[in-house]
Parts: sequence; structure tokens; C-alpha cells
Amino acid sequence: MARKVSTRRKLAFTAAAWAVALIIFFPVLWTILTSFKTEASAVASPPEFLGADWTLENYVEVWGRSDYPRFFWNSVVISVGSTLLGLLIAIPAAWSMAFVPGKRTKDLLMWMLSTKMMPAAAVLIPMYLLFQWTGLFDTRIGLVLALMLMNLPVIVWMLYTYFKEIPGEILEAARMDGANLRNEIIYVLTPMAIPGIASTMLLNIILAWNEAFWTITLTTVDAAPLSAFIASFSAPQGLFYAKLSAASTMAIAPILILGWFSQKQLVRGLTFGAVK
Amino acid sequence: MGKITLKSVRKSFGEVDVIPGIDLSIEDGEFVVFVGPSGCGKSTLLRLIAGLEDASGGSIAIDGVEATDLPPAKRRLAMVFQSYALYPHMSVRKNIAFPLKMAGMSAEDQAKKVDNAARILNLTSYLDRRPGQLSGGQRQRVAIGRAIVREPAAFLFDEPLSNLDAALRVSMRQEISELHQTLKTTMIYVTHDQVEAMTMADKIVVLNAGRIEQVGSPMELYRSPANTFVAGFIGSPKMNLIDGAEAAKHGAQTIGIRPEHIDIHDSGPWQGMVVLSEHLGSDTFLKVNATGLGTLTVRASGEVALRHGDTIRFAPQPGKMMRFGSDGKALA
Repeated sequence: MARKVSTRRKLAFTAAAWAVALIIFFPVLWTILTSFKTEASAVASPPEFLGADWTLENYVEVWGRSDYPRFFWNSVVISVGSTLLGLLIAIPAAWSMAFVPGKRTKDLLMWMLSTKMMPAAAVLIPMYLLFQWTGLFDTRIGLVLALMLMNLPVIVWMLYTYFKEIPGEILEAARMDGANLRNEIIYVLTPMAIPGIASTMLLNIILAWNEAFWTITLTTVDAAPLSAFIASFSAPQGLFYAKLSAASTMAIAPILILGWFSQKQLVRGLTFGAVK
Repeated sequence: MGKITLKSVRKSFGEVDVIPGIDLSIEDGEFVVFVGPSGCGKSTLLRLIAGLEDASGGSIAIDGVEATDLPPAKRRLAMVFQSYALYPHMSVRKNIAFPLKMAGMSAEDQAKKVDNAARILNLTSYLDRRPGQLSGGQRQRVAIGRAIVREPAAFLFDEPLSNLDAALRVSMRQEISELHQTLKTTMIYVTHDQVEAMTMADKIVVLNAGRIEQVGSPMELYRSPANTFVAGFIGSPKMNLIDGAEAAKHGAQTIGIRPEHIDIHDSGPWQGMVVLSEHLGSDTFLKVNATGLGTLTVRASGEVALRHGDTIRFAPQPGKMMRFGSDGKALA
């Protein structure tokens, strides 16, 4: 009897989980479906599903009308570059905050996080002008810097929580065993922190890839990544839903695939420390 | 060699003086136990010797060489932590070999030393496992193995047995004592358990609030505690400390008598009612509400048929009573 109830509960929870997941995923799914419809079919009311006119011509047209590989490459350089640069700065920072905390470490962490609460639009004009004056406007290095700064609090916070999980006594044991700081980092700390570093890296690549506000504002042609590529299809010609959807699908596909393959690592990273 | 000398070693965290100033000399080959209640500074003192904490003042010398400012790696000391602190991503073999690897020893010599240590500690069949696959006792052995392969000047133990269950604690205690007999290397052992201190130590250092209350062999501390703190701390069950009129009768502020130094007989000068009796088989511990003395513990040998509510008379054994002055110090 008890077993039956628990099976029913399990089914209910599974159904609920699927429902929530589908609701969250629906816009993405709809975008992908729309990208394979003709423009007429895409805007049909009521929405067409099974009876729609399926076609690949949107992809052909989007590919032909713009330089997708360039946008793609810019996205890769900007998201990976900003993440690696961020890690380079954040690892020592998180290190010192986790293992040699000072009186104001907690305040410092809160302050870093508070910068994430500031609306980006508030610094739009200063940033724009600064980028123009320094010649960083529409350059990849400029965007790498901007996105690195934007995500740095998140990177530091994530690494800090991972490092906090590593017992200090293990590092002390390494010191007693004759390891200098370099060996302590190479042989003991890094191997223990690798899952945390990897999931921080993945999450930040995704965040940077999906960033649209700064990438669209601070670029025109040369450094424009895929977010700008999508935006360019909603512009002057009016809205072509099917083509816009095709462009969106092409923009999100790489990160969707990366996310799919690394989902185990991502979930593990995000719940790190919650389950021992 | 492993002679360690502390000269007015101080440690303060911010404005709090954890250790106001300690002088201590530890001879080569000695088994020294730091014992004291939680927060008495015993672990801090050990960490100062290890170099894991920087001293706020004073000097530490190891084998006559000034070591106060040396990093832990340069002090030739090995430490066994309460949490074992094994490297979770390495096999037992690699854990034990780690200090040798850091010392730049050849792989061949490393293997020889690791095998030897594993044999001494009965770890040979576990060498390829990860620490996560071992029981508490086995992990503690690995931690000890990692310490002995280095052949350090001295071993430092920071409450190494407090995570183990009672039975295992006793057997590991004996193993560590035997290891000391075999290696004859200086060992410094921190514990809050006075039974561990009494059974293992050549020399006990009793600490309280960052100060040394007394240094001596276990029996010296048992027989002639320097003050009421040591008197109450060393010995199980605790020594009975009696204030008031009875103490004044003996010309002292406080008198102390150990539970095992009280005899029950009908012509005894003291009288009281049994509140609780604990039967251990070999002994019976009686908690007695004694008239004019307060609650005393009395240890009777073997099985004693006394129960709650029984009235008894008893007497301190002649020459076993200790007297303490108003400053808590023992009177001659």
C-alpha cells in the first residue's frame, strides 16, 4: 500500500517537473519550430503547428545575407576571453578571501555583489564615452574587458564558495609535508578545486555568450557577436519572425550544445557543497 | 634529534592574548602531552611550534636552531591532524609519499619508504585506495604513515583520536605509544582527555587560559599537583576539593582528597548520604552528600551494596590529603 502511494507521488512530481521544464523551455522550442516555417506560416493565427509549411529557406537566407562565422567567432573570443581573464583575476582574489580572510572580507564580498544590482543602463553613457575615448569601442578586447568586469563578482563569489569547502587543515597538512606555496597550489588545491573552477568557467561562458545589452551597445561591425547578429534581423525591414527565429536558433545553438554536454558538470557545480 | 625549546612564546589574536608567554623545554625523544580544557591554548601552542601560526613574540628553537620565523616546511616536523587532513584526490600510497615527493626523493626510494611505513601500520592492502574508502581508524593510520616516512625531528599530534569511537581510541592510543617506543622520536601530543595524557606521556604540560599550570610526569602530577586546577584536572574521577570549616581545620583554604583515597568504615570522621552509586564491577563510584563538606565522590573497590539514601561514614586515608592556600597553590 505504502509503495503504491509513493509511486503515485513520484509520478506526480515527475509530471510536475516535466511541466515546469516545458514551460521554461517553450519559448526556445517555439523559436526553433518557427525558424523552420515560411514567413506566412510563422505569423498565422491561430498558430500553426502540424499543418505548417516547413522550409529551410530561412537558414539559407540568413546565412547568405550575413557573415555568421564572423559573429560566431566574436562570440567565442568574447565569452571565453572574458571568462579566462576573469578567472585569472578571481582565483587569487577568492583564494585570499577564503583562506586568509581579513576583517572586511565579508563586506568586500557584499560590495562586489552589490555592483551586480546596479542597472546597467545607469552607466551606459559613461561607458559608451569611455570606450570611444580609449578606442575600445567596437573592439573585441573592449568587450572582453566589459564582460569580464560585469561577471567578475559572480566568478569571485562562486570560486569563494568552492574554496571555502576545501578544509584549511588539508592545506596546512601540505605545508607541514614540505610543500611551498607553489606546490601547495599545484598538487593539493587545484586538483581539489577543479570541479568548482570548471563549473564557474562554464556558467560564465554561458552568461557572457547570452549578454546582449553591452555587446549590442558597444559594437557596430568589427566586434559584433551573435547577440548583435540577432538584433540585426529585427531592424529596419520590419519584423520577419521566421528569419529572426532562424538567426536566434543559429545564435543559441552552440551554447545550447555546450550546455547539453556539460550539464552534469554544471549541475554538480551549482549544487557543490549542498550534498556531501 | 628533536629538542624543542620555547622562550617566552606569545600569541595574541587581535587584542586577545591567547598565550601570554610560555617557557618550555622538550627533550629529544620525549613524549610530551599538552592537556587542558577547551580553549586553553593547547592547540594554538602546537600550531606555533608547527609554524602554522606566527608567534606574536618570544622564540622557538628546534635542536638549537632558531625556528621562530621558519615556514612549517622548513622545521622538519610532521603533524597529524584531528580531521586526518588526507588529500582526498590521492591514493593512500600517494598520500604517504607526498612529503617524500616534496623533498625531491627519487620514485624508487619513495616506494621503498612507503612500503615500509605501510608494513609498520598494517596498511599494505589499502595502498591503492582513496581516503574516502577507508574507515576512521585506517585514515588515522594513513595520516600517521604520512608523518613517519619523513623521519621528522618531532611528531605533532593535534587531538588525533577525538574523531574515533571509544574502542578504537584505546587501541590507537596503544599503537601510538608503541610507535613511540619503536621510533624513539620526540612526540608532542595535544588532548583534552586526561586519560590519554596519563597513559601516554613521559611529561605532561597542563595548560589553562594560555598559561602552564604545571609540568611533570603523570605520577608527579597525580601525587603532588601544584594547584587546585591541576588537582581537579588530573585523575578520574576528579579529586574532591573541599572548602570551608573542614579546610580551615587543616590550616588551608581548600583541601583535596582523591576518591580512591577515601575509605568507608563505621568509625570514620565524615558522614553522608549516598546520592548515586555507579557500579562498574571492578569499582563502585559513590556520590555522597557529606555533612558540612558538600558532594564528594568516593571510590570503593569491587561491588559495594550501597544505594541511594543509605547513610555511610568514611575517612580520608592518612597522608593522602592535599592542602591548598588561598591563591590555589599547594601548601607544603
